Amino acid sequence: MRRLLFLLPVAMFVAVAVYFLLALNPNRDPTLVPSALIDKPAPVFDLGGLDGGKGLALAGFKGQVAIVNFFASWCEPCRDEHPLLMGLEKKIGVPLYGIAYKDKPADTEHFLKELGDPYDAIGVDESGRTAIDFGVYGVPETYVIDKQGRIRKRFVGPLSESAIAGELLPLVQQLQHS
Amino acid sequence: MLDELGHYALILALCIAALQSTVPLYGASRRHAGLMAVGQSAAVAQFVLIALSFAVLVNAYVTSDFSLATVVDNSQSTKPLLYKITGVWGNHEGSMLLWVLILSLFGAAVALFGDNLPPGLRARVLAVQGMIGVGFLTFIVFTSNPFLRAHPAPLDGNGMNPVLQDPGLAFHPPFLYLGYVGFSVAFSFAVAALIEGRVDAAWARWVRPWSLAAWCALTVGIAMGSWWAYYTLGWGGWWFWDPVENASFMPWLVGTALIHSAIVVEKRDALKSWTILLAIVTFSLSLVGTFLVRSGVLTSVHAFAVDPTRGTYILILLVLAIGGSLTLYALRAPALQGGGIFAPISREGAIVLNNVLLTTAAATVFLGTLYPLFLDTIGGPKLSVGFPFFNRTFVPLMVPVLIAVAVGPLLAWKRGDLRGALQRLWVAFAAALLVALIGLYIAGFKPILALLGLALAAWVGIGAIVEWAERVKLFRAPPDETWRRARHLPRASYAMSIAHFGLAVSVAGIAASAFEVENIQMMHPGDSIPIAGYVLKFDGTTKAPGPNFTADIATVEVRRGGQTVEVLHPERRFFPLQQMTTSVTAIRTNFLADLYVALGDPDDSGGSTIRAYWKPLTPWIWMGAVIMAFGGLLSLSDRRWRVGVAAKRRLPAVAPAPGE
Amino acid sequence: MRYVFALLLLILLVPAALAVEPSERLSDPALEARARALSEQLRCLVCQNETIDESSAPLAHDLRVLLRQRIAAGDTDAQAVKFLTDRYGDFVLLKPPVEPATYVLWFGPIAVLLLAAGGALIYLRRRKAATPAAPLSEAERRRIERLIEEDG
Repeated sequence: MRRLLFLLPVAMFVAVAVYFLLALNPNRDPTLVPSALIDKPAPVFDLGGLDGGKGLALAGFKGQVAIVNFFASWCEPCRDEHPLLMGLEKKIGVPLYGIAYKDKPADTEHFLKELGDPYDAIGVDESGRTAIDFGVYGVPETYVIDKQGRIRKRFVGPLSESAIAGELLPLVQQLQHS
Repeated sequence: MLDELGHYALILALCIAALQSTVPLYGASRRHAGLMAVGQSAAVAQFVLIALSFAVLVNAYVTSDFSLATVVDNSQSTKPLLYKITGVWGNHEGSMLLWVLILSLFGAAVALFGDNLPPGLRARVLAVQGMIGVGFLTFIVFTSNPFLRAHPAPLDGNGMNPVLQDPGLAFHPPFLYLGYVGFSVAFSFAVAALIEGRVDAAWARWVRPWSLAAWCALTVGIAMGSWWAYYTLGWGGWWFWDPVENASFMPWLVGTALIHSAIVVEKRDALKSWTILLAIVTFSLSLVGTFLVRSGVLTSVHAFAVDPTRGTYILILLVLAIGGSLTLYALRAPALQGGGIFAPISREGAIVLNNVLLTTAAATVFLGTLYPLFLDTIGGPKLSVGFPFFNRTFVPLMVPVLIAVAVGPLLAWKRGDLRGALQRLWVAFAAALLVALIGLYIAGFKPILALLGLALAAWVGIGAIVEWAERVKLFRAPPDETWRRARHLPRASYAMSIAHFGLAVSVAGIAASAFEVENIQMMHPGDSIPIAGYVLKFDGTTKAPGPNFTADIATVEVRRGGQTVEVLHPERRFFPLQQMTTSVTAIRTNFLADLYVALGDPDDSGGSTIRAYWKPLTPWIWMGAVIMAFGGLLSLSDRRWRVGVAAKRRLPAVAPAPGE
Repeated sequence: MRYVFALLLLILLVPAALAVEPSERLSDPALEARARALSEQLRCLVCQNETIDESSAPLAHDLRVLLRQRIAAGDTDAQAVKFLTDRYGDFVLLKPPVEPATYVLWFGPIAVLLLAAGGALIYLRRRKAATPAAPLSEAERRRIERLIEEDG
């Protein structure tokens, strides 16, 4: 019995070491905060558009699968991601909407003119309130919304080729056929 | 050329460490004096080589040698000299080199000052130190090599994080490492004792000074880190229960238990296996801390650039070192002979209570720090654990500890008189009650926890004085007698009183932070705001260039009773290379309270936000830590440690060693 | 991960507020006090080792303002916090909720204490002193006293 007690420290250490091993998984990002809205209805929003644009509202999604991308002209990783967004709509066959986060409309327009406009429609969220409703904590972030208007997945940080091919595309296809 | 020399020295040190970990161990099992002596030469040689390597790296930074990749990543030619030097350890590779430098320093110290250690024990201790050295040197050479080249060498470097360009970096990591790594000696002694199968008073007489030295350094290191955060961050926060802060705090808690437990082993020949376990656990927590900071499993402001490969490597080191030593403990510790008998109510009993509470406290911090990680790896919800958790769990644990700190020293060894001790502490109790009542009168019931903290601080502080008064029979014997007794009290006794008193001072400072007053306003030149009996007059800001930044310097007059008593200059500095702004706060202290002023954002109309705080007793937090460390150092200078070292010269004498 | 880090640097580029700004404050001191108390309990998601009260990140500023709007609109403390956890999850709380997933966390310390104390008690009972020794004479007591004080 007494001997067992002496084994306790090493046993506890083994448990801790196993957790550490699991935590070392290179796919794990400790700063990543999972979305609190997965499988919940997307927040209702109605944003104005850029100069001459029609704006963006949740009601306008009309029971379709949609991708919503939060971006800003002052955001360096958004620039990195932008080429992948061009033509994304064609590739995945569902609308790609953009929401400009805490950006002056003039700056957003300049950004899009320079890099191209991949979006079906753009909403201007200068105050950032809509983003807060979505639970955005940095840009870029991309949300997949299903036919019932629920958020099904969130991508934090710029999209990558592998994320688009491996996760975004399959999910969209699955949602399209549900 | 020089860089290659440094690199070569490092690799050579690794080879020597390998020798040091094997030959003396074999020699000890065979009782071969020559082989055992290899340990000492190897330890000294290892230190010399690593010191050389470190000197080369420092030189590379100082001369802005951009052929080394780490210098490119972390330095910049316009950086002031102090920060070029301290920048050596402001990054992963350089700080690891500092780590092994201190490890080898302690090993060499044991080799050089350990002449009166039994040769077998010394050889085994140095072998274990060597093993730790091998582990970390291979880690450095293969995954974190500071001597890797940048090819081609760029014209200038990427500079250092502006937040690190502060004198704090000169002191905080070195002291912290002296602490963390210093506990490796206790660890080595513990493992050596387990290998030998024997723990005696002589072992404890050796373990205690080394543990104490490491503890002093760690106390100062943690206090410095806290103070640095305080004056840098701009709102006076000094502890966030951040994972890396906790990683340094856990070894401190267990280390405190260790230094007290070692006293019992030395004096009463009891608590042996418990002390060995504490020695192993303290250093293990240092290693776990190293893992947490450098592996990327947790987010922290302190985390170095992360790389899961490095993390895996350190984990292997952890498994070998901690798993190995704890397994050895499970196998060998039950056979250790129990020693002196004592009653539950006694000084030994109080130290056992101290151990229980402190290790539970460390376990609590451990749980709070790692729980989010554990949940996350098993796919649970993502949670965060912050100070509300620690306030509800750690703080209540400290209450019995603080009560016991005053009572314990008044209990006799073997069998103590609790009632007598408590009766003698009536003064301390009265003081605590008085503090609580005054506090209640001034502030009401709302800050009840803070008042409890202040009362406990009074209990501990006055209790330490009471204990001293008992020993010198203050007021109970003629003044001559008291004076004679006071002069002849051993230093260790004063050290204990001082260290415990320092604890009280820190606790008071911590408790009083609940009474802080703040005034944050947008001010234009000529405006004044009141705070805590002062009036602060804002006179505007001026721009000034620095070596690698531009500064906005505000002028704030501190007035009292119509007179200007001081002019403060809080700053904001913008570093163009890193595109970062840091704040330099201005603090006026009278050692009883800090008047803390920081400069915030300017607005478009030429005004600036001024954040003024009055923080009562806050300087005591760090002053208390310094007092505690001083007490520890005083204990180190006690005759008995010096006697231990000098015993070799007294060998011809027949009389028993003094102090026994 | 690298991108989030790059993002952090960028956020510092934007003229950063040094935590709670005078312009954010509510005019009613009682409501403002509630807002401060609450924001000290919420973690900033950008600089994840600061509260939103302390953080200079723009998101922290937005959340501080939002919190004050909710409180001014009549939300209780719990409702205002729920507004945030609905959007950001429980990670934003510095005090983890007490739920089955966190029982080990919250009750762990007490469990460890009882275990350690229990172990210590068992250990102490074994160490209990035998029969008390014979009483000491005056001379012996004085001698012992002297030895004790010298020994320290």
